Amino acid sequence: MADGLMKLHYEIPADDLTYAGEASSSVKKVLVQLGINPVQIKKAAVSMYEAEINAVIHGHGGAADIEIGNGRIFICIEDKGPGIPDLELAMQEGWSTASDEVREMGFGAGMGLPNIKRYADKLDIETETGKGTKVMITVMYPNT
Amino acid sequence: MEKYFHSVTLDEDKCMGCTNCIKRCPTEAIRVRNGKARIINERCIDCGECIRICPYRAKKAITDEFSCIEKFKYKIAIPAPTIYGQFKPEISRNRILNAFKAIGFDDVYEVARAAEYVTYATRKLVLDDASPKPLISSACPAVVRLIQVRFPSLIDNLIKLESPMEVAAKIVKKKAAEKKGIDPSDIGAFFITPCAAKATSVKAPYESKKSSVDGVISIKDVYLKLISSMDRSNDTELLTKAGFEGIRWANSGGEGLAVGTDRFLAVDGIHNVISIFEEVENDKIENVDFIEALACTGGCLGGPLAVENLYVAKTRIKKHVDDAKALKDDRQPLETYDENMVWTEEIAYKPVMKLDNDIREAMRKLEALEIINRGLPGLDCGACGAPSCRALSEDIVRGIAVETDCIFKLREKVRDLASQMKELEDRRPPVMGNDKG
Ligand SMILES: Nc1ncnc2c1ncn2[C@@H]1O[C@H](COP(=O)(O)OP(=O)(O)OP(=O)(O)O)[C@@H](O)[C@H]1O
Ligand code: SF4
Ligand code: SF4
Ligand SMILES: [Mg+2]
Repeated sequence: MADGLMKLHYEIPADDLTYAGEASSSVKKVLVQLGINPVQIKKAAVSMYEAEINAVIHGHGGAADIEIGNGRIFICIEDKGPGIPDLELAMQEGWSTASDEVREMGFGAGMGLPNIKRYADKLDIETETGKGTKVMITVMYPNT
Repeated sequence: MEKYFHSVTLDEDKCMGCTNCIKRCPTEAIRVRNGKARIINERCIDCGECIRICPYRAKKAITDEFSCIEKFKYKIAIPAPTIYGQFKPEISRNRILNAFKAIGFDDVYEVARAAEYVTYATRKLVLDDASPKPLISSACPAVVRLIQVRFPSLIDNLIKLESPMEVAAKIVKKKAAEKKGIDPSDIGAFFITPCAAKATSVKAPYESKKSSVDGVISIKDVYLKLISSMDRSNDTELLTKAGFEGIRWANSGGEGLAVGTDRFLAVDGIHNVISIFEEVENDKIENVDFIEALACTGGCLGGPLAVENLYVAKTRIKKHVDDAKALKDDRQPLETYDENMVWTEEIAYKPVMKLDNDIREAMRKLEALEIINRGLPGLDCGACGAPSCRALSEDIVRGIAVETDCIFKLREKVRDLASQMKELEDRRPPVMGNDKG
């Protein structure tokens, strides 16, 4: 832990929905133990959860890197999947390319990305067709 | 009142230190130290899981003794709906209620009736577009406390209405004072309970400064008295007031059904409640406006202080529900209840898992915790007295445990020491000739 910055790393397995969400639930526990305010915990946990699930079902798995410190929770979820061809469209509520199988498991409402946008204080998405997607979420917390 | 009152406590003499309970506890509130279980007070939510799991019956729920009713001139029993599931099906609800009068109470009022008032108020909130959804019932105090320690982001979703127990006590005490002209300080209302968490709620309420209930007596403690008074009580006075909707509250799903929306979800058993709350926190629950969450498997019928087996009791409640449905039309006119049921106190997040008040210090501890955790065997064997290797790591950084509490670590240390000793033994003092020559 250098400069009061805490770094966490998690692998996100591909296509396995049974364990999907483990990384975000671990991060939630960490934030609770650090004594971060519940409002910020919810923002970080929900937005990370959605990005993590997307990496599992659309992005063939990937990794999550988290940095906490100096009033800022920074979450980066990266995958080497197919990328998002039309990001503007993907950001719209209700837009989804999820398969019927995925929908049966309760995902695929097309609400993930819009929710991330709603909960994150700052959101950057880098995506390239055929190469992969990088979702960067920032949530600020009062630094006391 | 002490800072943390808990109904759930340990009987030291009976505890064998077997560690069965530490893993069942939903808030990791139990540790075994020096062969005895210890409950970390600020974490315990009084769910009663440890009472159910303990093979030596060393965990108990403290309730008031029956004799406590003698402190009041006018004594009123307010039995939880669970009471109806405890007796043979041929014994009518009215006969059960009359038995309370036979064992020493002056009056009896069904908490099931008050549950109907709470239902009406809940219905209004659920239909109100302005209230946060899903609304979560606060009828189970263990669930409210769970939210306080583990799901602070759901505090806003809690329905901040008094429980049927509180409402029943208020109604019946007021009525006795008005109709009978009794001095309010002479009237005592006694909750007859299957529930440890409710006992805590009365002694240390979170929704108001002081509870309206004057004592909490466990169903176990009145059961035999009631049975032996069933014949003597000649079932003449009509005491039943509740309809089937209130009676059904005893069952998991009962409160939800009464609210009268299809958009409700009922979950019972504290570990299932936790899974559902996790989904709510992740915004994964859709099309649900109301959540009924009960800590005990099967709802209050499965409460730790109930006498009858949960599944037997369920069948019996069903009969009482059917009987009440049949009677619906000639039910006694409902008294109106316009009192405000809204909580007068706020509940706050209790950050019991926080490692330190200073976030940088908390980070340092967390990092130390991770390193310690990686060095532990990961078997979660419980021999150290903590529920998991991770919990032991946490205890170590909190300064309440040491690494060698882990028997594997201890063995490692012993082995190291042994090899060190062997090495020392091999070395000879110079006067005896140095082996290196
Ligand atoms: N990491 C990703 N890689 C490739 N495509 C993605 C990725 N994330 C999102 N998408 C595309 O964007 C669409 C919208 O994503 P969004 O998370 O909003 O909805 P969803 O995942 O389909 O459904 P929900 O999140 O409600 O379960 C997805 O259906 C998918 O086509
Ligand atoms: S009552 Fe529940 S929360 Fe309290 S120690 Fe027992 S299992 Fe843990
Ligand atoms: S389910 Fe009922 S008996 Fe069990 S803790 Fe909750 S209120 Fe008490
Ligand atoms: Mg999604």
